[in-house]
Amino acid sequence: MTVREGTRPKSVGGALVDWLAEVPWWVVIIIVLITLFVGRILASSQERELYWKALQFVTACPQGQETCAVWDRIGVMLTLKATVVGYALALVLGLIGGLFRVSKNPVTYAISTLYVEVVRGIPLLVIIMYAGYVITPALRDATNQQVDLRGFPSAVLGLAFGYGAYLAEVFRAGIESIPKGQMEAARSLGMSYPQAMRYVILPQAIRVILPPLGNNFIAMLKDSSLISVIALPDLLQQGRLFVSRTFRAFEGYNTVALLYLLMTLILSIIVRLIERKSALPGRL
Amino acid sequence: MGKQPIIILRDVHKHFGHVHALRGVDLDVYPGEVVVVIGPSGSGKSTMLRCINRLETIDQGYIEVDGIPLDQAKNINKVRAEIGMVFQLFNLFPHLTALENVMLAQRVVRKRSPEEAEAKARELLARVGIPEKANSYPAQLSGGQQQRVAIARALAMDPKIMLFDEPTSALDPEMIKEVLDVMLDLAREGMTMVVVSHEMGFAKAAADRIVFMDEGQIVEETTPEELFTAPKHPRTQEFLSKILH
Repeated sequence: MTVREGTRPKSVGGALVDWLAEVPWWVVIIIVLITLFVGRILASSQERELYWKALQFVTACPQGQETCAVWDRIGVMLTLKATVVGYALALVLGLIGGLFRVSKNPVTYAISTLYVEVVRGIPLLVIIMYAGYVITPALRDATNQQVDLRGFPSAVLGLAFGYGAYLAEVFRAGIESIPKGQMEAARSLGMSYPQAMRYVILPQAIRVILPPLGNNFIAMLKDSSLISVIALPDLLQQGRLFVSRTFRAFEGYNTVALLYLLMTLILSIIVRLIERKSALPGRL
Repeated sequence: MGKQPIIILRDVHKHFGHVHALRGVDLDVYPGEVVVVIGPSGSGKSTMLRCINRLETIDQGYIEVDGIPLDQAKNINKVRAEIGMVFQLFNLFPHLTALENVMLAQRVVRKRSPEEAEAKARELLARVGIPEKANSYPAQLSGGQQQRVAIARALAMDPKIMLFDEPTSALDPEMIKEVLDVMLDLAREGMTMVVVSHEMGFAKAAADRIVFMDEGQIVEETTPEELFTAPKHPRTQEFLSKILH
């Protein structure tokens, strides 16, 4: 029998063993650990109060506001917003960069290769500091305060610019993984290069690169914590604020770590579902 | 035939690095003609075929298709839309169903309406004998079925010329016939065809002319009858003795 990717081969131990082997034990273990952890917190009123306070910090409203819409909250919500917007922009940059990387035009090829090699050689943290403390003030000065990227825009641009380079390589690899015959068949039917890319190559390449795209999305969620260095009140920054106010590092960083973990777990389940849904019938 | 050739090749040369793949090829194909190209592997058959729709560019010489010199063609896509090509490995689009495979270029290149493109696609799938596979994906089809979808896909553009690059060499023996039958029908209907193939049965039944290539040159051009009874060139004789057992 054939063995599908990502599932275990059937054992000879019978139905019970098979059933036990199918259980996603890593999920069970995480759920048990979290339940034990939360149970311990709930058991002590002092702990309860501390974690409740930490939670309030990481889901607070912007400074000076008593109430606000869920969407406007800082901490967790800001982390999510920066990741989603940053990743959407990075996808656009990556797609363009990837298309340029496989193009025969020496100018576009040089531009995209320069971008990829330079950005990959600089730590994301440094790129984000550049975006916040070099580019943003320079743009403000150059445009007489007309273009002001301070805060969220600069953070998102830094993330997107950094991740765009990695995604460009993902797109390039995906496009190159499609057999040459596909482009030839499309061109032989009279399609232009852009048409062949859009209707034939990219739809196939996207399916190939869904796993790395998903991984990068999850990685970006974690790396978005770097924007706290340019003073954005994201999950990490709010956690640090809680710690500096209460001197409770253990509870503060537990809260931060647990929330990041919850978000990445949910994301990786979603990514798996999307991969399964987009698989083509008739192939493994 | 008395008409103008629809394909003209003059002194065509092609290099791949140090390999001189085509060494001065001359060929005329007239409308409605079926030309079968045979020859040992590496003799330049496929390369010549791929030059006709400029999947390969040439280093020297002249190619004209349907009155348009390829080196001056402002819009190569327009020329290619008139030339159907069938590949050895089918090259169907795996993310599209058989029906969508046949519809795509009609929609994108010919700008036909979805209804028109679908009607045409269904008609062609029926013509190649697999109307019931319209909603199957390529991976769910046998090799012979895939190749027939590929032929339908090329025909959907209403091409004036069909090029076949070893269309049956990747198929299991029992599937070869179903593909050759479709090609025979096409030949009978008067389609201009250039076929790179070693299917001598097809050559006998359908070819107006057989072209034997060796080492990047056309060594012999003859009718099927003459080729099988009295090949002139010694290299043709040697080649035929090998493939006819």
